[in-house]
Amino acid sequence: MKYIEEFRNPQLAKNILNKLSYKVKKDLTIMEVCGTHTMSIFKNGIRDLLPENINLISGPGCPVCVTSQSYIDTAIQLCKRNNVIITTFGDIVKVPGTYSSLKMEKALGKDIRVVISPLDSLKIAKQNPNKEIIFLAIGFETTAPIIALSIYKAKNENIKNFSVLQSIKTMPNVIKKIVTDQEVHIDGFLCPGHVSTIIGVKPFEILSKEYSFSSVIAGFEYCDIVAAIYFLVKMIGKEEYEVKNIYHRIVEYNGNEKALSMIHEVFIPSDSIWRGFGRIKDTGFELKEEYRNYDVKSKFNIKIVQSSIHKECLCGEILKGLKKPTQCKLFSKICNPSNPIGACMISQEGTCSTYYKYGIR
Amino acid sequence: MNVITLSHGSGGETTHKLIKDIFYKHFENDILLQQNDSSILQKLDGKIAVTTDSFVIKPIFFPGGDIGKLSICGTINDLAVSGAKPMYITVGFIIEEGLDINILEKIVSSMAKTAKQANVKIIAGDTKVVEKGSVDRIFINTTGIGFVKDEELYLCANNIKKGDKIIISGTLGDHGMCIMSQRKGLDFDVDIKSDCNVLNRLVDDLLNISKEVKMMRDPTRGGLATTLNEIIEGSHKSIVLNEEDLPVKEEVMSMCEMLGLDPLYVANEGKVVVIVSREDAYKVLEAMKRNPLGKDSAIIGEVIDDNKNKVYLKTEIGGTRILNMYTEDLLPRIC
Repeated sequence: MKYIEEFRNPQLAKNILNKLSYKVKKDLTIMEVCGTHTMSIFKNGIRDLLPENINLISGPGCPVCVTSQSYIDTAIQLCKRNNVIITTFGDIVKVPGTYSSLKMEKALGKDIRVVISPLDSLKIAKQNPNKEIIFLAIGFETTAPIIALSIYKAKNENIKNFSVLQSIKTMPNVIKKIVTDQEVHIDGFLCPGHVSTIIGVKPFEILSKEYSFSSVIAGFEYCDIVAAIYFLVKMIGKEEYEVKNIYHRIVEYNGNEKALSMIHEVFIPSDSIWRGFGRIKDTGFELKEEYRNYDVKSKFNIKIVQSSIHKECLCGEILKGLKKPTQCKLFSKICNPSNPIGACMISQEGTCSTYYKYGIR
Repeated sequence: MNVITLSHGSGGETTHKLIKDIFYKHFENDILLQQNDSSILQKLDGKIAVTTDSFVIKPIFFPGGDIGKLSICGTINDLAVSGAKPMYITVGFIIEEGLDINILEKIVSSMAKTAKQANVKIIAGDTKVVEKGSVDRIFINTTGIGFVKDEELYLCANNIKKGDKIIISGTLGDHGMCIMSQRKGLDFDVDIKSDCNVLNRLVDDLLNISKEVKMMRDPTRGGLATTLNEIIEGSHKSIVLNEEDLPVKEEVMSMCEMLGLDPLYVANEGKVVVIVSREDAYKVLEAMKRNPLGKDSAIIGEVIDDNKNKVYLKTEIGGTRILNMYTEDLLPRIC
């Protein structure tokens, strides 16, 4: 059992899709929260194969897309300081700030390095004792453990020239924000599989019960996704407001306890600013007092700059599932992967980028 | 350690010694040894094909090849897929001072070996040495000259017709993923070899067996999807590929998935994609499979008449998606 091939069984997927077509009696809106689900849905052409009255919308599950523009502008300001090396995940380099991007600054000679793991920043810090290494710490509960581990190790190894510009987001309360939004109507959620791996089933169980919606935790192969939609349709029909975990091979009820304890060692919950949503209570982290020296904002007393975004960019509505990229005036005309205006076009997992890449115009 | 210094590029005695001890030694042939400011060639028997390419790959040595081999393969393949018989190559080196001369010799020897394998002569060259930091170790430019023997051979997208088959000569994405796996910071313990190879004999084999080849390309940067988009542009036809027929090595697929990449967009350096009439497709496929470089050849799709200039992929479960040209940089994903 390799846990991949078994979930790529075309005949099985076709059988599930076939059964599904008998089940759907009324119009249903399902939100896939995670960007990787969005990618897989398009990559496998799943939308075309679903009954017409199932409407799939993409949620705020791409970490680059929900990162606020002011964060990017602050990162750009930081890279211009003397003796600074910025380390970052790849996707964020291309995100346009108000006047520039990290990619542009790199071309102009600023020291900006793409790393695969934040732990690589510690190696760079040791090699460059006279420079400050600032890691752009973004992501969800998925990247939080390794970022926490980097900060923990930096403290334990007494590495003083390392800090993070932190804007990690947490998932459950943004789903709450979406279901309580009067403008949005969603019948069921395809819960984020990777986030569930870390935080487990419980947070989604509580939400489903409290706010009366059906949800399924699923993996990312096409059989996972069509099965999740099949179960969601069934649960919505029976008004079963709970969470079903069909990603047992990875997701345990209590999540990954080791990863969670590392998160809790370094971070405490805080509010966070989401692109398109603004400030949402308890959807982010801040560093605990004893790790505060690793927060670039307190270390150098940096104020986050306020930024404005292109007034016709619909990223905000798209992230809430209120609009589709094709409804945006800028989409594919002015805004495309070579010239992205909003963050949803930059990240590989962004809804606009996915629509563009897979030819939905 | 014996290293390249600025004086190796000065044109003086040290340069001459380098040319004699390394370049002439390995590239040796009657035309190069004319030792004039330019090499004089005999008339070629057909229309002349010329192509040029520069090579800046990092790392310079990788499983399955090196920058030298690549610089010969890339240029020979561009000639071959245009239907030309590759004859001559010129080479230009830009070297960063401090490069170990043994490394240079290894690269030069690899170029000579590859050219010999393709029956191509290296007939002219140039070396420049620049200060530390001005280039990354070594950059190479090669220009290739060949000729089209068959007067009737005309490879052009306008010839493409509905029902024509698309054949690829083997697995996709090997070169790109091999290079990615060698990059610093990506400590992947995988055994992916670059497919870097000269294709002229494979192309000869298939052109000898069919007069119905409409178009050939080597899908390098941007991968197969981008190459097919380039071919189909302006043809008023479209292409449908079948996902289940695409040959991709398991380790390449796994690595692509970990990095969020699609093998259809990853570079190849020893593959040819052929568009051939439906009638001759199996004959061509068999001929390609008989050549060791084409043993994994497969028919992967066909041309349709929808006037939209698109490349579609029929997914394993029966969905359809459009394969656009490549627009992004190859960057790892973050979650």
